[in-house]
Amino acid sequence: MNAQIRTTGSSSSRPGGSTLGKERVSRRSEWLRELIKDKWMYAMLLPGVFFFIIFKYVPMYGVIIAFQDYQPFQGVLGSSWAGLKHFERFFSEPQFWQLFRNTLLLAIYNIVFFFPLPIVLALMLNEVRVERFKRFVQTMIYIPHFVSWVVVVGVFYIILTTEGGIINEMLFALTGHKIAFLLEPSWFRTIIMSQSIWKEVGWGTIIFLAALSGVDVQLYEAARMDGANRLRQLWHITLPAIRSTIVILLILRLGTFLDSGFEHIFLMLAPTNRDVGEVFDTYVYVKGLTQAQYSYSAAVGLFKSFIGLILVLGANWMAKKFGQEGVY
Amino acid sequence: MSQDQSYVRVDNTLGNKLFDGANIIVLTIIALVTVLPFIYILAVSFTSPEEAAKGGFILFPKSFSLSAYQYIFSTDTLMRSLLVSIYVTTLGTAINLLLTCLMAYPLAKQTLRGRQPILMAVLFTMLFSGGLIPTYFVVSGMGLTNTLWSLMIPNAISAFNLIVLKNFFQQIPDGLEDSARIDGCTDVGVLFRIVIPLSMPAIATFGMFYAVSHWNQFFSAIIYINDSDKWPVQVLLREIVILAQSRIGDTGFDETAIQPQTIRMAVIVFATIPILLVYPFLQKHFAKGVMLGSVKG
Repeated sequence: MNAQIRTTGSSSSRPGGSTLGKERVSRRSEWLRELIKDKWMYAMLLPGVFFFIIFKYVPMYGVIIAFQDYQPFQGVLGSSWAGLKHFERFFSEPQFWQLFRNTLLLAIYNIVFFFPLPIVLALMLNEVRVERFKRFVQTMIYIPHFVSWVVVVGVFYIILTTEGGIINEMLFALTGHKIAFLLEPSWFRTIIMSQSIWKEVGWGTIIFLAALSGVDVQLYEAARMDGANRLRQLWHITLPAIRSTIVILLILRLGTFLDSGFEHIFLMLAPTNRDVGEVFDTYVYVKGLTQAQYSYSAAVGLFKSFIGLILVLGANWMAKKFGQEGVY
Repeated sequence: MSQDQSYVRVDNTLGNKLFDGANIIVLTIIALVTVLPFIYILAVSFTSPEEAAKGGFILFPKSFSLSAYQYIFSTDTLMRSLLVSIYVTTLGTAINLLLTCLMAYPLAKQTLRGRQPILMAVLFTMLFSGGLIPTYFVVSGMGLTNTLWSLMIPNAISAFNLIVLKNFFQQIPDGLEDSARIDGCTDVGVLFRIVIPLSMPAIATFGMFYAVSHWNQFFSAIIYINDSDKWPVQVLLREIVILAQSRIGDTGFDETAIQPQTIRMAVIVFATIPILLVYPFLQKHFAKGVMLGSVKG
């Protein structure tokens, strides 16, 4: 930040350079001189800065409509204030607890059922000694990460439907019954988790595989000398080696606890499964954009963003407590 | 790395052989479960209506037929939405890369005044956002709704990609840039002639991430675009597969001649093919690119 540590690029063309205290009087003009000298740098920054102001910071300012009775034609400045009315309405709404439960349950399912799988898969891949086979498996399991949620949900629809879906065909042949997986609310969370796992587990292994590749091979050699078999090597060397990666990713995951994958849920929602499927994000969409209750849904959105912010900061604080570097 | 490791760990006891065997079998099953649905969909989309009507698990169609594809191309709808997606993906990715590089380069200069506050402001957008409704009003207030710009401009820069690219730029030795400046290059010239060419692996990775997200984009189109002529292919896919509107577009079709199921699968194939085509080329880049992400800001 300070002029005296300028060492790179553009500064080298400046004669003399400044030393501490010497030029305090002309600090202002120094500022101006650097501004002019780096004018191209600032010019390059401009489009990006405008982008962040307009599409990220103006909407943050826009959340004040949550405290108004917003009328689109009167704008943010012209609408009348409503205090905490919309928040009070939201918290007293019977649906609040339903949304809360749905969001929380999906978050917990994510931690319990999804989180450990990439680690297990990475450990298994790490034990493969035929490099070709390992690369083949990796190539296959990364693919679903790149297809859209629409395709994932569509593929599941085609396979699970009661009208000729392959799974139901097999079920019918075996048991004589079909299961309406896509309509039964009791299957909703299972299917959501299966889809997430199918799409993202392979991709999730990348970071653990990278951590595993850094393990010192001499440790394995030493363990073998001591007579440790493969399982014991896995337990005593490999797992401890990636423990810090696991902890930091778990903490990051807790930080985005309430993000249940909006597009995914939105695509899976049907009139029959709203009771178990509706989460904060989809509720904001329904109330705001389809029923035009702008201020109310902005209040719901703000509530969720605020909880999210607290969770991120809390998780980061925890990361530091754990002796990790922290993320921010 | 892992080559040496396996060499060290070779130990042909029975326990080890069992361990390896079980491991390989389980991994093979996982790989199959991942890929079989795609192959199934591809296979059924090519079967004849009679065979598809019989149902059952088809991996190798006995009868080959292009009727589903003929049908979806006999309507304008799919063609039009494919063109929309191609347009948004190419132009959108170009905008993404240009803006991200332009902003990342000055931010990579640790001596630039005002750099730190801008970085903090960018980081903050990763923690907190105005949410759906205020963002919608900004986009519509700028008159972007119902234009394809609404799919490209509001997410022109990903804060995460920006930070990672900034870190990557920082690793380029300053000496290279200095010498270009001595030869009379401006800052902009240095970026485009030195820094970007040196960063091609990183930029290719981000280009792919941006392109994939544009191609897969669906929700922005749902909220910002009313005009079905401007739907990208993912929105059309949702209509056909999930909302089960098997008639796409104007030409009616005879349900006995073509199975709606095969039509759905043919559309899925088209919504996925571009990714499967570029995948082998980009695969060697992205693992490296993801690792860039683990470098701390």
